[in-house]
Amino acid sequence: MIRNDDNWLLRVRNLTKIYGAYNEQTVARTGPEFNSNICPDNGSIVACADINFDLYPGEVLGIVGESGSGKSTIVKLLYFDLEKTNGEAFLKPYENDTLNILDESNQKKKFIRNNLMGMVYQNPRDGLNFNFSSGGNIGEKLIMSGNMHVGNIRNRATELLSKTEVPVQRLDDLPAFFSGGMQQRVQISKAIANNPPLLFLDEVTTGLDVSVQAKVLDLIREMQQELGIAMIVVSHDLSVIRMLTDRTMVMKNGRIVESGLTDQILQDPQHEYAQLLVSSLL
Amino acid sequence: MKILEVSGLSKTFNLHILHNKKIEALKNIDFSMEEGEIIGLTGKSGSGKSSLMKCIYRTYLASTGTILYHSDKGKKDLVQASDHEMIELRKTEITYCSQFLSVIPRVTAIDVVCENLFRVEKNKEIARAKAREILAYLGLAEELWDAFPATFSGGEQQRINLARAVLGNPKFLLIDEPTASLDAKTKEAVIRLILNLKKQGSSVICISHDDYTIDQLVDRNIEMQNGTIVSIQSNPKKENS
Repeated sequence: MIRNDDNWLLRVRNLTKIYGAYNEQTVARTGPEFNSNICPDNGSIVACADINFDLYPGEVLGIVGESGSGKSTIVKLLYFDLEKTNGEAFLKPYENDTLNILDESNQKKKFIRNNLMGMVYQNPRDGLNFNFSSGGNIGEKLIMSGNMHVGNIRNRATELLSKTEVPVQRLDDLPAFFSGGMQQRVQISKAIANNPPLLFLDEVTTGLDVSVQAKVLDLIREMQQELGIAMIVVSHDLSVIRMLTDRTMVMKNGRIVESGLTDQILQDPQHEYAQLLVSSLL
Repeated sequence: MKILEVSGLSKTFNLHILHNKKIEALKNIDFSMEEGEIIGLTGKSGSGKSSLMKCIYRTYLASTGTILYHSDKGKKDLVQASDHEMIELRKTEITYCSQFLSVIPRVTAIDVVCENLFRVEKNKEIARAKAREILAYLGLAEELWDAFPATFSGGEQQRINLARAVLGNPKFLLIDEPTASLDAKTKEAVIRLILNLKKQGSSVICISHDDYTIDQLVDRNIEMQNGTIVSIQSNPKKENS
């Protein structure tokens, strides 16, 4: 349910991403009711369509759904990794909260990304530069947001690595020599280096073994509590969603089929697909 | 002053994955409650007590009806309130103590209890001191305070759960079976704890199968059967005292 409450942090309206040549019928002829996101007329693929939500400061929003349902597309659009087809996004802490950030110039987008957002990808290779040391990666983010003092950067990197339990003496090592869990923690350090109000987490624990998963999740939860960062957590793992989020959106075929409080989604799902998803929980 | 007005509330589960089977859990529930009142919910297992409580907490979405809650910031219909408003209310005014403890793994008992308080009290040690006080009062062995509750016994988990819900004196408290699986002495402590909350102005709805708990605790009792209210009675023992 959308209210015109005024203290939102991120506001998303009608966000749509379509791959390939499409026509005005494309969105209407795809979606969960057709059990497909491929347009039957022209074969264009609707990755996500008509996405609407508000995120409030300090709130954690989960996005669940099967592979290919459009979860990652949403955060990648908002982090400017992908170009939107349609839609608007507004960010309260940005200089003008009535400007659609998705239409801003690349220079402005870069500013927003470096100062107001953080992103943690499933694959550390997407979020880290493997030619830089772990400290260098954190430094890169800090320099981008205008911190030029080398001593300060080094201190901040040291502080972040010890907070995320990466041995500080490995500050100058390349991430390629780190284990998967450590790489992920360096990536988290980098994402939060300049204290952004908003953090995107895209399947951050997928592919890690359970004990490392637990550590990464504990870290994210503690950080959220301590810093009060608003987060969008993309995961297909309902346990991750239950542990981290206040609210959840369930996606299928590029649409949000249900959204609600996380405990409500897990205990009283309304949509057919949401019921199937919850009943599949082991 | 009223705190809660429930009218025409019903809940039907529509199970799409079981060939659209429908289960009626609540039918046309009406009642209201005063601020500072303790209301008991009794009835057989499956009569809809917990469903009613979960509808109020919005873990279940009501099918029809309204639940007017008088919050510090004005009246809210908990059926229609936005998710964001519910999250705010849960953080500040309404707490829920479920029958079973569901906690985040690898968090110590003390920190589980403090979870809500940490949001407002940035000094963690002050929050933890308050938690220790309640846990000591409820007689939870001190050696367990910094252990992980997932491995605790039923009675120990229950006390953690209760301590978590009452810490910070919530305005409105929903408690599901607070005294089941507790010994007589601990039960007495729990009852006194809840009565003490009432003294400080909290309003409480409490589900219990235990006659003694209901007699000692509630101002009025609602009896449920098959998803409907069969009677609402004031507690004679409380009126005399």
